[in-house]
Amino acid sequence: MKTSLDLAAVDALIIPGGESTTISKLLVNFDLMPQVRKFAKTKPVLGTCAGLILISDEVIGALPDQELISGLPVKTERNAYGGQLSSFEGSAVFADGTSENVAFIRAPKILEAGNCEVLATHNQEPVAVQFENLMGASFHPELTGATHLHKLFISLVEEHQS
Amino acid sequence: MTNNTTESTPLVKSGLAEMLKGGVIMDVVNAEQAIIAQDAGAVAVMALERVPADIRAQGGVARMSDPDLIDGIRAAVSIPVMAKARIGHFVEAQVLQALKVDYIDESEVLSPADYINHIDKWKFDIPFVCGATNLGEALRRITEGAAMIRSKGEAGTGDVSEATKHIRTIFGEIRSLSSRSDDELFVAAKELQAPYALVKQVAREGKLPVVMFVAGGVATPADAAMMMQMGADGVFVGSGVFKSGNPVARAAAIVKATTLFNDADVIANASRGLGEAMVGINVSDLPAPHRLSERGW
Repeated sequence: MKTSLDLAAVDALIIPGGESTTISKLLVNFDLMPQVRKFAKTKPVLGTCAGLILISDEVIGALPDQELISGLPVKTERNAYGGQLSSFEGSAVFADGTSENVAFIRAPKILEAGNCEVLATHNQEPVAVQFENLMGASFHPELTGATHLHKLFISLVEEHQS
Repeated sequence: MTNNTTESTPLVKSGLAEMLKGGVIMDVVNAEQAIIAQDAGAVAVMALERVPADIRAQGGVARMSDPDLIDGIRAAVSIPVMAKARIGHFVEAQVLQALKVDYIDESEVLSPADYINHIDKWKFDIPFVCGATNLGEALRRITEGAAMIRSKGEAGTGDVSEATKHIRTIFGEIRSLSSRSDDELFVAAKELQAPYALVKQVAREGKLPVVMFVAGGVATPADAAMMMQMGADGVFVGSGVFKSGNPVARAAAIVKATTLFNDADVIANASRGLGEAMVGINVSDLPAPHRLSERGW
């Protein structure tokens, strides 16, 4: 998804990992920010790692001029675990007891989950949350082949389509 | 770290490179340039004392940068910061790890410290990126623990022809490997001077097991987009940005062309009014001893 035409053609959006500053600058530079914000008001969006930062309402450690998509009522901290030396693989334990190995890479932390439903935790701290049509996770499910979060997101998309 | 976790696994190391995909990594020599790079949308910066064009012009032994310089750049930006160690100089790599940079580039742009061995990169928690001119070289670096490969090109020239040659060579060799039968892969491993298991994996998957960027001589938005159209996962721009007339505009234009690399209208607009490109040197005019891409074994 790189252009407004791409965005108009999709029912749901996954904002993956990457550099949140880079993604937000490109959204602004390519004039996509207003359209993505509008999309995130009603349609299903899953943000992982950098994607979580972008959909968070409040971010500690964001650049002063960093524009966010916002909408997810959480407070997150960028690079909360530290730099690349502190990146790790660990377990995400979901509400139904499913536990999956996932990757935390220069990962953010969800400091306050507000009114969100907590979908998964790591060492008792929330690492995946949902609020209405928005899902956010501080980890990368895709690098380890974990699928549980994707299944939850697909259910959300299906609910929105029916 | 807390319980049930493992740090610095190969997946975690190559995972950061996965996050840089589609992006531009820029060489910077001070905090001001690092901020320009970050504002332009670079996914990471390479902190060094002299860009390759200056190393080339000034000559002498090129070494790891001063830790103060690296710390200053790390403090100025929030995107990942990479730094270069000399080929084979494992203590420079230890120092860079102690400085907590996000990635180490074992780089032919600096003067080699060992003309036989590269660094044993498995011993480090910090991931490494290494240069390669062909598939065998890339696979040897991965065997030594590199978590990311960049084709070498000829750094500091602004001449993209070597970058083109290297990416075409690597992808061509991968394609030819994929067409070989299983019993021909033993000899392929011998020819590539790379381990059989890795050769077999590349033949089966049709790609390298790690992310591959292109480097060396990229100076314009069109150069960057050409590398992306040829299949690069992203682009390193060394001297091309800060040796040009208008670094702010050129940095943003190269990021834009790298992101929307298939859209000629976008690349055309990104190419307008950028001022002077770096002057550059034709690689064919460089005497062989001064070709950096030939460093690496």
